[in-house]
Amino acid sequence: MCRISTRPISILITRPLQYHRTLWLFALVLVVCLAARTAAGQAPGFRWAGDSEGGAPFVEADPSHPDQQVGFDVEVAALLARGLGRTPQFVQIMFASIDQSIVRGDADIGLSGVEDTPTRRAALSLTIPYYRFREVLSVRTADLPRFRTLADLRGRKVGTLSGTIAYEILLRAEKEYGLAAVSYDDDVHPFSDLVLGRVDAVLLDHVLAERRMRTLPGFAVQPGAVAIGHYVGALAPDQAGLRDRCNDILRGAMRDGSLERIFRKWRVWNDDQPALYARMLAGESVPPVVILDGPGGGNADALESTATVSRWAATRRYLPSLVRASVVTLILSCLSMALAVALGIVIATGRVYGGRTLRLGLIAYVELIRGTPILLQLFVLYYGLADAIRLPAFIAALLGLALNYAAYESEIYRAALEAVSPGQLEAARTLGFGERQILTIIRGPQALRLALAPMTNDFIALLKDSALVSVLTVMELTKQTQIFASNLGSWVIPGALCAALYLMMSLPLAALARRLERRWKAPTS
Amino acid sequence: MNTNAILELRDVHLRRGPQAVLRGASLTVGQGELVVIMGPSGSGKTTILRAIAGLEPFQAGQVAVEDVSLSAGDLSATPGGRAALSRLRRKVGLVFQFHCLFEHLSALDNVCLAPVHVHGVARDAAGRRAHELLKALGVEHRAEALPRELSGGEAQRVAIARALAVDPKVLLMDEPTAALDQQRREELGVLLRGLVGQGRTLLVVTHDEDFAASFATRVLRLADGRVSA
Repeated sequence: MCRISTRPISILITRPLQYHRTLWLFALVLVVCLAARTAAGQAPGFRWAGDSEGGAPFVEADPSHPDQQVGFDVEVAALLARGLGRTPQFVQIMFASIDQSIVRGDADIGLSGVEDTPTRRAALSLTIPYYRFREVLSVRTADLPRFRTLADLRGRKVGTLSGTIAYEILLRAEKEYGLAAVSYDDDVHPFSDLVLGRVDAVLLDHVLAERRMRTLPGFAVQPGAVAIGHYVGALAPDQAGLRDRCNDILRGAMRDGSLERIFRKWRVWNDDQPALYARMLAGESVPPVVILDGPGGGNADALESTATVSRWAATRRYLPSLVRASVVTLILSCLSMALAVALGIVIATGRVYGGRTLRLGLIAYVELIRGTPILLQLFVLYYGLADAIRLPAFIAALLGLALNYAAYESEIYRAALEAVSPGQLEAARTLGFGERQILTIIRGPQALRLALAPMTNDFIALLKDSALVSVLTVMELTKQTQIFASNLGSWVIPGALCAALYLMMSLPLAALARRLERRWKAPTS
Repeated sequence: MNTNAILELRDVHLRRGPQAVLRGASLTVGQGELVVIMGPSGSGKTTILRAIAGLEPFQAGQVAVEDVSLSAGDLSATPGGRAALSRLRRKVGLVFQFHCLFEHLSALDNVCLAPVHVHGVARDAAGRRAHELLKALGVEHRAEALPRELSGGEAQRVAIARALAVDPKVLLMDEPTAALDQQRREELGVLLRGLVGQGRTLLVVTHDEDFAASFATRVLRLADGRVSA
């Protein structure tokens, strides 16, 4: 199960390198690789993928040795490596990407609270389960008597991690019980938002809930489980041989108490595990998920996998939600851009016409915004200021994007205002126009024509940057696509659909901008 | 100010950084005159027009147009100075060497703009007046064209129409013949004499000797920052 994840933002910077420099660099890399291989020595590596951003008890950076990892999955990986006669090598992979990375061959096995799901069973080689967890409902302490089950949460918001069994349960509960599922990218903010009142309950596995309860007061866990699931190791589909050897090692560890010692050390051992181990040692299989309280209760197949239906059927199933997410993206982008343009004009006008103090203040704002990541600004706006002002997610997203883009827009408008020929301004002055009239009648309209092309560019960029607001639980197009792809076990169809929807939004904008540019350049007669 | 004078410069000193451009420039222009100022490039001809139009502050001296006086210093920095500039600009029109028509507006809108937004003339009335001016200057057929679609001569006529639309007492013109061929110069000269015939006062700076000889009522020379007859 996973922890705080950050969206990768890649910026390609191309720098010319001279030929001899390239050769030196190549030689250096070669020497380092050879040295590393020699140092690694005799035991080949056992590369295991996990996400260390979330924290114990799964995988986290050791507080006293931050370059090393600790957690029960770290010890399970070491146990497997030992049994295989190999050296464990940790590979940091964002939780949501572990499946795809395993298929790509980035690591031999994924171990980071990886849930046993029908999708994974269809797409990967999974080890036997090594830990049984319960999906539990966390509510504010005062709400313990009234929010006991999902059915009690009609019309309420319930948070969870996206791409998990809990999220699938909540999606079905939306239809059956009329609650609203709120998707998070990490397992910290669902609980803090629960305490703040942004959501009314959180559905997540008991390991995460109990861990958060130890550090965050104000909520409690309902005793009854909503569902039962298991953690497994995930291997590539063609690694059945390695998977079987891992299974043998896990069974041995169940038998000799090694696994129990690991889980007791991390304070997650409970009475569910002996029952699981007994079935595993008896060679029995277990269903990936058992729903106890929720839609399809008691039915192990309630969470029918997207991966088990045909791709086209899955596409038809997800298309409406992708279209809805596109509408959210479009509305959010349009409103944010409108606000960014208005703020940008005010800032640019202040920069050009304002006094020294005002100009310095505006420069500071622009540089602060341009010099810090938009993700950080979104987090501060939504979570950092939550004690002072509790903005709804959509409003925080809108403001975050608008405040960020206003800084960039203001620079475009300032440059455009300053690009208007001084002769134009002097001609207006000799005709008796005041400075405000000159700005609104002469300078502003001419600057707008100069700014149109970069503005269009920015609007299209904002349309895509709106994907970042999924960290504030806003379900926009990219986030919905990510969920679709995770459940489908492939990015091909979801990626193509997502690209098509973005293009359907951005191409008309570009066409409109070109039309305006032509119109403003064309003869009026 | 002399009894018949409509425009007067008295001992104007204007510096740009270390360079003294005007060093005690004085001149007087009477009602209905077409006065031409000549001088070599860089002698300060354009600067004189800019000082009269209130576009460039001067360090000493005085500019007077009828009953409005501009004193030395940055007039745009004080309420009194801004009021004086506003009154002056109702009396003086300036046609720039490169016309400076508003690039985003048609020729007609260029002419209408100041009457409507500065003088509060109704849009219809301003439009009719603009058409009359464009017709009188021979460019009515280009009323809907944007400045970049006009030839140099057409743009200049539109710029003159724009300046005349606010009915200034004095029309200042900067190098009006610079981009014109011989025939267009003749036409422009006739046009300007016609304006003088209607009682307007023109102050033109140029280095076109033939134009000055043919059409000026008086020619002044500018050298070393001073004006002489």
